[in-house]
This record gives sequence, C-alpha cells and structure tokens, in this order.
Amino acid sequence: MLFNQARRYLYFGLLLLVFITGVWAERSGVLAELLEYDEDIRYLVVAHLKLTLISGGLAVLIGIPLGIVLSRPSLARHAETAMQLLNIGTTVPTLALLALAMSVLGIGNGPAIFGLLVATLLPIVRNTYTGLLAVPAHLKEAASGMGMLPRQLLWQVELPNALYVILAGVRTALAINVGTAPLAFLIGGTSLGELIFTGIAVDEPIMMLAGAVPTALLAITIDFSLGLLAFVLVSKGVNPLRQR
Amino acid sequence: MIKLDNLTKIFDTSEGPVTAADHISMEVPSGEICVLLGPSGCGKTTTLKMINRIIPATSGTVFINGEDTSAMDTVDLRRSIGYVIQQIGLFPNMTIEENISVVPRLLGWQPERYKARASELLDMVALDPSTFLKRYPNELSGGQQQRIWVIRALAADPPVMLMDEPFGAIDPINREVIQDEFLKMQAELNKTILFVSHDIDEAVKMADKIAIFRAGKLEQYASPDTILAHPANEFVAGFVGSDRTLKRLQLVRAGQVMGARPTFVQPQQSLSEALVIMERNEHRSITLVNSQHEPIGIISRDVAWNHQGLCGEHYEGLHGIAQQHDDLRTVVAQMFTADSSWLPVVDDQGRLVGDITQRGITHHLGATYRTQG
Repeated sequence: MLFNQARRYLYFGLLLLVFITGVWAERSGVLAELLEYDEDIRYLVVAHLKLTLISGGLAVLIGIPLGIVLSRPSLARHAETAMQLLNIGTTVPTLALLALAMSVLGIGNGPAIFGLLVATLLPIVRNTYTGLLAVPAHLKEAASGMGMLPRQLLWQVELPNALYVILAGVRTALAINVGTAPLAFLIGGTSLGELIFTGIAVDEPIMMLAGAVPTALLAITIDFSLGLLAFVLVSKGVNPLRQR
Repeated sequence: MIKLDNLTKIFDTSEGPVTAADHISMEVPSGEICVLLGPSGCGKTTTLKMINRIIPATSGTVFINGEDTSAMDTVDLRRSIGYVIQQIGLFPNMTIEENISVVPRLLGWQPERYKARASELLDMVALDPSTFLKRYPNELSGGQQQRIWVIRALAADPPVMLMDEPFGAIDPINREVIQDEFLKMQAELNKTILFVSHDIDEAVKMADKIAIFRAGKLEQYASPDTILAHPANEFVAGFVGSDRTLKRLQLVRAGQVMGARPTFVQPQQSLSEALVIMERNEHRSITLVNSQHEPIGIISRDVAWNHQGLCGEHYEGLHGIAQQHDDLRTVVAQMFTADSSWLPVVDDQGRLVGDITQRGITHHLGATYRTQG
C-alpha cells in the first residue's frame, strides 16, 4: 500500500522532470540545435539497429542452441569449462574485444558485428543453460516416466518452463549490445557512435547528445519490446509477469 | 497382472556396489492394489521404478499381463503404464486440460477424443470441467492438484499403474479424503496398482496385498490381515507395530462379525416376554424395533424384571448403532464411548440385521491363531 503510493509519487516526479527538461530544451534552443542532426540521426539509427539486430540475432541463434546442448546430462562434465571460456567474452573490456576483432578481421561492419556477437553471447548461453537446469528434476522424471522422448521432453516441458529465464538473458544481452554498438564506430562500423565520438572530438556537446539520446531511446525500446514478447510467449502458468 | 521375477538392482557407488533390490519375485493379480512398504532406503521405490525402467534393472524380468516387458520398447512400455510420482508432477506451463492429455497426445489421439477424456476424468473427481480445464496448476489448491495428478495417470486408461508415495505430500485430512476417493475410483476401474508407501496405516487401508521390504529384500508378501496377524519375522512384526491386532480391526466390516439372528422385541410385546427372551439367550439387554424393523431403543434385564407393562413404555435410548459396512475400528470406538458390550447392526436402509458383541470381535480376531494351531 505504502509502496504503491511511493511509486505513484515517483512516477509523478519523473513526469514533471521530463516536462521541465522539455520546456528547458525548447526555450534554450537545444531542441532546435538537436533537430539539425535529424537526417544524420535517422540514417544512423537504422545502421545502429542493423548492427544490433544482426549481431544480437546471431548471438540468439548460436547462444540458445549452445545453452541447450550444454544442459544435456551427457555434457554435464564439460558445461562449466565451456561457460568459463564464454566468460572471457564478457570479462575482456568490450573496447579491447572490438580492437581484437579489428586486428584479425580488419575494419568495417563485419568485425563490429563479430565483436558485438562475442560480447553478448554469454548472457544468452548462461541463462539458457541455468534456466534449463532449474527445471525441477521431478518434472523431468514425470515426463519421461509418462513416455516422452528426450526431444518431446525438451520442447514440451523443459523449454516452456525455462523460457522466461532464457528471454531475460536475451534482454540483458541486447541491452548490452545496444549500449556497446556506438563503440563499433572506432573500428569502422556505422552506428550512432559516429555522432557521439565526433561530438566529443570537436567538443560539440549537442552533437554528442544527438548520438547519445537516440541510443538510450533505442535501448529502452528494445528492452520494452522484449518484455512484451516475454509477456506473450511465456505460458501463463509460469509467467511471473502474469501472476495476480 | 504384474509379475516380477528375480528383479535385482545393484548400484555402483564410490564405496563399492550396493544392492538396492535383491532378487525380488512377486505377483500382483489383475485388479488388485499391492502396497510396497518399508523404511526409507529399503528398495521399494527402486523396485517400482524398475518396472517402467526409470531405473534399469541389473537382472531379472518384469511381466505385465504375461508379456515379458524386456522385449518392449521403453517408450511404448511407459505410455502403457500410469505413473504417479512422489511430488506433484503437474507441468506448470500447461493448462489442466493439456496436463491431463499429455499421454493421449503422445499416443496420437485426435483432439476431440482427448478433450472429451479430460472432461470425463475431471467429472470423475468432482471438479467442474468448465472451470478447471483452462486453468493452470498454480491456480489450484494442493488437494485439487493432487486429484488432477492422479487422474492424469489414468488418462490413456492404462491397465497398470505405478504410484510412488502419491499421497505423501498432503495434509492428513485431505489425505484421508483422497484415499477414499481413490478407493472408490479403483472399485470401478479395477486397475492393477503397485503403490509405494512407508505408512502402515495407509497400506492397511489401501492394499489387497502388502509387500514388506528391508534392505533390498522382500521380507513378506501377503494380504494385510496375514501380515498383521502372522508377521513372518521380528522385523515385520516390529514394522507393523505392537498394536497390529488393533490395526486388523480396520480390515473387517461389522457385517462379517455380527450375529446374523439378532434378538429383538416390538413395542406391543410385554416386558415379561422380553425377559423370557433375554433369559433364554443369557443377554442383559435387548433391542426394541419399530414396525419398519428399525432399532429405536433397548430394554435392560433390570427394567424388565422390575416393571410390568409393554416394551414400548419402558425402553431407554440406543447406546449406539453400527452400520453393516462400518469397519470394526469404528464399531469398537462406539462401544468404548458408550461403555457397551454390544451394538445392534443395521443395513443401508436402517433395518436391524444383526448384533455385534465385544466377545464376537475378539473371537473373530483370534480365529486366525486357533486355525493355525
């Protein structure tokens, strides 16, 4: 009750803040200056999205099957080793990762996609793996005791029950991805980083904001859409978003 | 019919081989409930799980309806056996309807058929299909989940069911109710059931046969009454408890022990007639019945001796009344409550059909020892 009330005040405060910022941006002419970059922003948002969706999509396509394979009992002994290897992908700073990709693959969008892919693979694999392992053993026993084949067990019991956790991993991964994509500019990838880094270089804060604000908005939009996806895709019986 | 022939399981552990089940041989006739009973770690669950190969047997054979199951495909075998595990194994991601139709769908039934089957099964446990079919397990109470989880195993109408402590997780009151429901269902369905339990009272209540396990060995396999009356050894005697004779009371119905020719008087008879009947039978009291032959009171010998008149004018209230289908435990409890050595027994219509005495009960319980010498 008290918590709900506090939350309502918080929402109201935020709205007020956004409104004041908007008024300030308009009055001080910052908005008008930002809009001068309109054309650049549009072009770069599309390019940025392309980078994110291709690298993120590939990470999902590789990460989920990899997580599934690692969670199979026959691979249990090697799973943690594999996970440590993937961990390197996240412990190495993203910038260094991109630099490494560049030194091997050269410059351009290709190396950028590769670098982003490596940086975002781990949360997906990790969540798929732990999500599947967290499905209670007695459910699996009941399922195989009823005569499900391993394939049916995976599709009808394990994946639906782990889906929420898996999607949470994808959500984290894409949030990292969108936020890291500006760095791709440094190895010749096209992204909103172009505005940010150029803005910093020529000491033009408005230009930097023209890159940073859309990046943040992109991150929020993608996170929101994935939340929506989880709401729709995950069965009502195991969906924390749909419990009363 | 389920027949186990020298079923053995040896686990290889780091401390060397452990024999979890040692040459288990037994036969459960069709339509009977056999309870596998024993302390934890005695091999009862291992034995059960070897039947549907959740645990592969080291050696030995399982026959179901005369067929050697080692020749059958594991998946086909499992789909033909109803399996109820210890925890509530409902899949939380599926609706109740989807949960119930898992095995029918695996068997490739048409949607109309398995949907109809799901409704039929819900009706059987008195849950309204229109309310429950589309719900998810987490929207149900524990007792409701339990019922659904038992009927799910019945979905494809398997002749054989394996149940691993199915009622272990529920509170005692709900457990009684569900056990009774289950027995009622079984009376119609006549499945051959292997049922693991560690609770002797549950076993006595549910079982046609009880198999007692210790350390991987089958110690005794017999009817509940034989197990209670003639435990094969010290271990079985200890396991079924020192009050095992009292437990036997649950196994007998009042109708089996009562004297079938009860003495009674009617209201219009005189007290002196009642006295004659009592003296002839050496009874200290007699039942008074109305015109529908329903017991309405008793007349004691003292009253008949000291008074004159009609029985209808001098009777006292009944101490208690036993139904023909009551088990002896209920009957004895009533006798103790009323401090009475006998009770009239009535049939389903409430008519007097016999009388049951404490002496008759002890005689019945003792009979098995006299015939055995």
